[in-house]
Amino acid sequence: MNAVVESWDWLTNGANWTGENGVWHRLAEHLHLTAVCLGLSCLIALPVALVLGHLGKGGALAVNLSNVGRAVPTFAVLVLLLLTPIGGYGDWSVVIALVLFAIPPLLTNAYVGMRGVDPDVVQAAQGMGMTGRQLLLGVELPLALPLVMTGVRIAAVQLVATATIAALAGGGGLGRIITAGFNLASTPQVVAGAVLVAVFALLVEGVFVGARRLSPAWLRGRMG
Amino acid sequence: MTAPTSPYESMSPYELTSPYEPVPPDDCLARNDWVCGEYLTTRHQLLTDATLEHLQLTGLSVLLGLVLAVPLALLARRKRWAAGPVLGVTTILYTIPSLAMFSLLLPVYGLSASVVIAGLVLYSLTLLVRNILAGLQGVPADAREAARGMGYGPLRLLLAVELPLALPAVMAGLRIATVSAVSLATVGAIVGYGGLGNLIYSGMNSFFKAQVLTASVLCVLIAIAADLLLLGVQRLLTPWERARRAAR
Repeated sequence: MNAVVESWDWLTNGANWTGENGVWHRLAEHLHLTAVCLGLSCLIALPVALVLGHLGKGGALAVNLSNVGRAVPTFAVLVLLLLTPIGGYGDWSVVIALVLFAIPPLLTNAYVGMRGVDPDVVQAAQGMGMTGRQLLLGVELPLALPLVMTGVRIAAVQLVATATIAALAGGGGLGRIITAGFNLASTPQVVAGAVLVAVFALLVEGVFVGARRLSPAWLRGRMG
Repeated sequence: MTAPTSPYESMSPYELTSPYEPVPPDDCLARNDWVCGEYLTTRHQLLTDATLEHLQLTGLSVLLGLVLAVPLALLARRKRWAAGPVLGVTTILYTIPSLAMFSLLLPVYGLSASVVIAGLVLYSLTLLVRNILAGLQGVPADAREAARGMGYGPLRLLLAVELPLALPAVMAGLRIATVSAVSLATVGAIVGYGGLGNLIYSGMNSFFKAQVLTASVLCVLIAIAADLLLLGVQRLLTPWERARRAAR
């Protein structure tokens, strides 16, 4: 119980929230890193997944990629990139590692969503004389959107988690509060940092769940 | 028995480039290469110990997770009120980043392997409970009814009919949980119990490329080996699936 009280004291101490190592600055770093990497990985993964899903090719790639993503330790990739020449360019090694781990859920879910579109609907659209592009953007993408968004949600939560581990490899973000706590042998700070990270991760998940609830019924879909 | 001699003892001092300093050995360790055979030969004990620790951490936590997940899944299936909380809590636990999870458990277990094992158990619960539940719900009602008609009691129904039929889904969850645990255990390096993660962590601090790459590759190999092993176990436990595949 003592640890809970001391962690609470750490969290309620205003001095811990301000400055270079303060919570607000670390939170801003974490948000910035997560948002930038989510944008980058969506830009890379979604077009590929939508085109592959539209053409019905590369299914094995989409499935195997998520298996590979699970088997390769995030921490190992972070450290490996840090020791390559890329590691010399500030946050780039962290950004690349984060994007690499956000791509598999995006790609797999978008691909599965595209393949899950009712073939009758696709045939009807083709019968109406729709071109490939019209079919992709006007029919398949809207129908696949619920699963695409599920992929974005999983990727966002994954990014928050990976950005936390990045603190072990010298990256910024809320994880720094935890690693600094370990270096100071301060259990209250470690626990307080962990609480902040956990709440942040749950909030990110909550925002996506809430957005889905508020979205129109056709967007919610039956899947995911 | 002759005492092992260093190759440099046979060198004449005049062959050294500097008369004052011994020349450092020109091997891949000194060059800090990514791939280094010398590393494997000189540190094989370190690698073996770390690999064993890694296997213990992941094996123990997945086993504990399975032992906890079966009753939880059965409870969630039997009692309607329990399903929501069980699935909700395990999902929330799964959302917490691993570094935070281990840190939250620190006051409970202190700096020990239990922190890592407990964290990995909590992660595996989500995947296992969901898959066991899905497997049990996928058992055809006909099979259940036939067993009841043959006079099977609830326990015998579960052990002899439902669990075997749910096995493919359960094993799928077990494989994902195991592969994830192998990968997540590396983060345990933060408390000093990360198996191969410890080598990655210390290799990072000393810029020791061969150590980081070797430990990372070993991690991936363990994950792949564990996945294939469980796939083999699944094939052995469900011979009827193989017969069905052959019939197709």
